[in-house]
Amino acid sequence: MKAMNYRGPFRVRVSEKPIPGIQHPEDAIVKVTHSCICGSDLHLYHGLVPDTRVGSTFGHEFVGIVEEIGPEVTELRVGDRVLVPFNIACGKCAFCKQELYGNCHESNPSATAVGGIFGYSHTAGGFDGGQAEYVRVPYANFGPTVIPEGMHVEDALLLTDVVPTGYQAAEMGGIQEGDTVVVFGAGPVGIMAARCAWLFGAARVIIIDHLEYRLDFARKYARCEAYNFRSLEDVVLFLKKTTDWLGADVCIDAVGGDAAGDTMQTITGRKLMLQAGSATALHWAINSVKKGGIISVVGVYGPTDNLVPIGNVVNKGLTIRANQASVKRLLPRLIDHVMAGRLNPREIITHRFPLSEVADAYRIFSAKLDNCIKPVLLPSAD
Amino acid sequence: MQEENNSYKLIPGWGVDANPDDRPNYPMKKWTGDDHKRINWQRPALQQSSVEVLHSNERPSKSAVYGTTVPPTGLSGQIRRYAFRHSEDKYAHWLPLLLADRVNMVEGVIEDISSGHFPNYFKERGFTADWKYNRGAVIQKVVGAACVLLVWYAMSKTKKKKRFI
Repeated sequence: MKAMNYRGPFRVRVSEKPIPGIQHPEDAIVKVTHSCICGSDLHLYHGLVPDTRVGSTFGHEFVGIVEEIGPEVTELRVGDRVLVPFNIACGKCAFCKQELYGNCHESNPSATAVGGIFGYSHTAGGFDGGQAEYVRVPYANFGPTVIPEGMHVEDALLLTDVVPTGYQAAEMGGIQEGDTVVVFGAGPVGIMAARCAWLFGAARVIIIDHLEYRLDFARKYARCEAYNFRSLEDVVLFLKKTTDWLGADVCIDAVGGDAAGDTMQTITGRKLMLQAGSATALHWAINSVKKGGIISVVGVYGPTDNLVPIGNVVNKGLTIRANQASVKRLLPRLIDHVMAGRLNPREIITHRFPLSEVADAYRIFSAKLDNCIKPVLLPSAD
Repeated sequence: MQEENNSYKLIPGWGVDANPDDRPNYPMKKWTGDDHKRINWQRPALQQSSVEVLHSNERPSKSAVYGTTVPPTGLSGQIRRYAFRHSEDKYAHWLPLLLADRVNMVEGVIEDISSGHFPNYFKERGFTADWKYNRGAVIQKVVGAACVLLVWYAMSKTKKKKRFI
């Protein structure tokens, strides 16, 4: 089969690989029809995530058709069209029982701090991902969800990560009716978080980024205020002034370790890798939120340390909530929102590529070329 | 008195999840008591595999399922095995893994060439897309690199001449 093949930072290609087989009685093999490149794939692509091995296949946002099932799979049938949550969860461990499906303890031998994730380095379990014609899906009785009748396949595709992550970002913010919410990062997840903040009753939603085309998109799609931090002398001061000098009720970090905007953070976090990515967005969130406010973090950082003003967290009495999205937990509600037309996820897809053009797709997304918001790979289009 | 602008309430779905009691999971922790049983939950069937899988020393054994792709090999594999002797708390775990990734990149190139496949750097780095959408920057980079090469060449010629004087 054809599969995306990582060769080192900024280098990927399509190669022939063996079709995966059943390795566990609860495995399924899924023939991938659509697969996204996620903003967090760029952390891998940029070489920021430890234990990203040459020869790995990325891709944790995908939908497809069940091709084969293991002997203990009872919840799926061959031929089912499924959306597959990006996190691999057993549904049985103590964490899964608390619906913390992003923190499963039975899906990743390599690190205890993160559950298994498809195509996200050996630090997240060493599973090949869905940027390929076929993918092995463990715990097929639990994770994969049959795409509801009448749902557009691209809406289903975005329910594997972008929508749940954006929604959970807003949910973790504990938004109260009338709140002012600031989202740092106008990538797909940030835009979705801004859109979802309205569902929780926000009265004002502000998004901060430095790419005008993304800010324009966010204004229209998420119906929020959007500001370019490059045109603001001091983003924290601006946010204080525009919130009656008190700060936002909720701040969401939807950027993670690839953040721009602060030279020192960029040099130490992204260039020299002396910290686990640039913590600029988190830094701004801590300093822009009101006293007693809530910070929600869904941006991806590496596993070591970051420079953030933790003293201000203490002195302001802040609450920081963070997690990988618990996709399976949120799906019933989100499917309802999509089917009712309250969320239109597929509108954020701007680019579609055959799998053979995966290197160009990564380059376009990484370098923010051609006004790219969200690229999708089509393995069957070759 | 300024009239409040409530137009945001017309956004489709506004406030539909505003009730904290009707959120998918509120409060955040859904406590079941299972975590007090520690690791004594009924484990799923254990995946069997002969592939070498490095597991964190912060857990007693491998998880029930795991990926078997790209097992550790070569010098990078040695470095990874060393890294996994240290807990996730230590730099001695993460920094060697980052080093192993860079070594692995060189191993990949050697492996490519030894199997008769010369990696197409331009294609792998998405040069086609750059040329199509970012031509100015590409030309700038090429001209910059050419200037550096020219300066280097001129300097090396000057040094050679001096040696013969």
